[in-house]
Amino acid sequence: MKKLLAPAALLAIGALSLTGCTDNTASADAAGDGAITVNASDDACTVSTNTAPGGTLKFNVKNEGSKVTEFYLLAEDGLRIVGEVENIGPGVSRDLVVIAPEGKYFAACKPGMVGDGIRSEFTVTAAKDGAAVSADRAALQKTAVDQYAAYVKDQSEQLLRGTKEFAAAFAAGDEAKAKKLYPEVRMHWERIEPVAESFGDLDPILDAREADLEKGDEFTGWHRAEKDLWAPEGYKKMSQKERQEIADGMVENTEELNTRAQKLEFTPDKLANGAKELLDEVATGKVTGEEETFSHTDLWDFQANLEGAKIAYEDLAPLLDGTEDELNKQLKENFASLQKQLDAYRVGEGFKFYNELSKDEVQELAAGVDALSEPLSRLTAAVVK
Amino acid sequence: MAEKSSPVFSRRLLLSSAGAGGAGLAVGALAHAAFGSQLEPAAKKVADVVDCHGQHQAGITTAAQDRMHIVGFDVVTEDRAKLVAMLKEWTAAIEAMTQGKEVGEGGAASGSYDAPPTDTGEAVGLSAANLTVTIGFGRSLFTDGKKSRFGLEGKLPEALIELPHFSGDMVEEERSHGDIVVQACANDPQVAVHAIRNLSRIGFGTVRVRWSQIGFGRTSKTTSDQQTPRNLFGFKDGTANILADDAEALDKHVWVGEGATDQPWMVGGTYMVARRIRMQIEVWDRAALREQENVVGRIKSTGAPLSGGEEFTAPDLAMAGSNGPIIPADSHVAMLHPSKHNGVQMLRRGFNYTDGSDGLGRLDAGLFFIAFVVDARTHFVPLQKAMSANDAMNEYLRHTSSGLYAVPPGITQGQYLGQQLFES
Repeated sequence: MKKLLAPAALLAIGALSLTGCTDNTASADAAGDGAITVNASDDACTVSTNTAPGGTLKFNVKNEGSKVTEFYLLAEDGLRIVGEVENIGPGVSRDLVVIAPEGKYFAACKPGMVGDGIRSEFTVTAAKDGAAVSADRAALQKTAVDQYAAYVKDQSEQLLRGTKEFAAAFAAGDEAKAKKLYPEVRMHWERIEPVAESFGDLDPILDAREADLEKGDEFTGWHRAEKDLWAPEGYKKMSQKERQEIADGMVENTEELNTRAQKLEFTPDKLANGAKELLDEVATGKVTGEEETFSHTDLWDFQANLEGAKIAYEDLAPLLDGTEDELNKQLKENFASLQKQLDAYRVGEGFKFYNELSKDEVQELAAGVDALSEPLSRLTAAVVK
Repeated sequence: MAEKSSPVFSRRLLLSSAGAGGAGLAVGALAHAAFGSQLEPAAKKVADVVDCHGQHQAGITTAAQDRMHIVGFDVVTEDRAKLVAMLKEWTAAIEAMTQGKEVGEGGAASGSYDAPPTDTGEAVGLSAANLTVTIGFGRSLFTDGKKSRFGLEGKLPEALIELPHFSGDMVEEERSHGDIVVQACANDPQVAVHAIRNLSRIGFGTVRVRWSQIGFGRTSKTTSDQQTPRNLFGFKDGTANILADDAEALDKHVWVGEGATDQPWMVGGTYMVARRIRMQIEVWDRAALREQENVVGRIKSTGAPLSGGEEFTAPDLAMAGSNGPIIPADSHVAMLHPSKHNGVQMLRRGFNYTDGSDGLGRLDAGLFFIAFVVDARTHFVPLQKAMSANDAMNEYLRHTSSGLYAVPPGITQGQYLGQQLFES
């Protein structure tokens, strides 16, 4: 941190006077951390060794060519991808970290990202000290993404069903029913929020807050209805016709979202990043009470974000067994303790309204979110290898 | 520099001439401790003084200093003569302070024993530290929305627009706008704060502080021999900035030319855009390096574009990657590249800031964005629109203030800042 703030001249002086004390840069050297180096050019793929003991392997791939390249570790059949790193620009170095059991493999560079690539045989020998290396990470990864895809489909269907119910009540002017349904139905959205947000065209129509818009943009979707139901002072309520338009738009666009969500394909990194993003949503929108400006139902969203993240984590957890036990333990504990914190605010089937929480309570929740978010941000790197 | 007869007091003490630039503070301090009075005062003359006179105001193309204190004032009087008198007094104070001298006749400690010192004193013993003070006028100085103020009918430049609300803006009015902006930059934070403090004091009764902000580290370079600094995202910022020696780019994108304005008094001036952009620091820190680099469009370590090469290699926005362009289309680099905006560029001169923590245990920190442009309507609004709509970086940003100011041209000795406006 300090280093970044110091001007160049001071840095230079600092470096001189510190010589001999520590060498912070050595660890960044690829050769120093046991990595296998790969020099990839436009017509060659030179791997520093063609054999390594089983376990976690790290390839440091340097693109010395002029084309964008990719690097793959392929299974013995030459087809199944054990690990890959894409988008290595000219002059750029990237790491591939994989867990590989004993067996025969191919290392392949793909300059220009076309064709079968420049391949060479790569042998993984028995793990050191006889340690067991899981042979079926690919199967575990597939199970994880299949489970999560089923969850997304289910939530998206429930979201559609609930949206229809809410829209009907809202359009009909049944405020009591609409207000009850609002936070409950939104939980289906919030559980899969990164998925919903990945549809860049639908997300602003359905979930934009007023501040997200610029002049000329139409204010539609959930938060438009929220403002009308929990009308702030001086606000002019919508007519029945206007409510019907908002309601119709919500149903129509959620139908489209559901259709697309049924066809989505996932990868382990998407799951893990999605879990982290859900906690980011909590940190930036819910803990601050900004998501539900008028209804103050932020804790419903909070709960749903947390549940969605926990599902993704639990689907991925088998990949942590034996390789990242400490991280796994930490995540399990922190998910449980944040849930416990949240449970303290349950009222009936719902929660306290966010504006009823004291400053101290909000601070405690924020600290709980940070405590979980930090280890959760390490999940992706742990499951993709 | 050691004038003894002058009623204006020099604050100067020893400071290595090698200490020009940011290193001055630390090196100077070390030198002080190590060599004491061995340094010859004559050898250190004017090494870190920036002349406040010239065709343009200082603090724009001046080699970006490391520290900043910027303040927005509202004028509390409707008396034009009083306002002009203050601008004259400010100009005299700025002329003194930028030369490392004390403010007012008695300075910090040589006036009447029964009167408060005219200079507040905290910069005594410090050099000028490359202090520059740059002033600009907000739209609200010219008009209260209905009628004009201070007899400035017909003087409001068309380009001094009200900045629109951009998607996602969470602008706090009490941190934004203002009738007059004063930017003090120096390589010593105490010197910058001293300048603003003394100008505010002179202004009491004429202006009141509406907002103020301290920046602790520059986030751009304005000369080719400065190293590109890093912002609080940890990335090099301002790699493609307009530099002080690029006269052609400055004339095209920064300085208001004769044919380019409806207001002759603005010729030689520019427009300052100032926006406090809070970064979601903690969320960013938890983002994978892959995400960080894809958001920025550059390699974090070297600053090179993702399309390869080194820091100053031009980004190849068309280079294909495994899934779409290797520099993602929604990355910051791709989104704001001049090729997407009719070739327009800004002179950026922002600063990292932190205002401690918010109530939730997070850093209230980010970038105090400052840019100088010939016309915000062509050089800022379209870019900010594109950015707020589609830039992947938005997720980590929150714009909490906004301001646009007409920065009048520079002055010669004997003139006062803003004279072109009030006497044209």
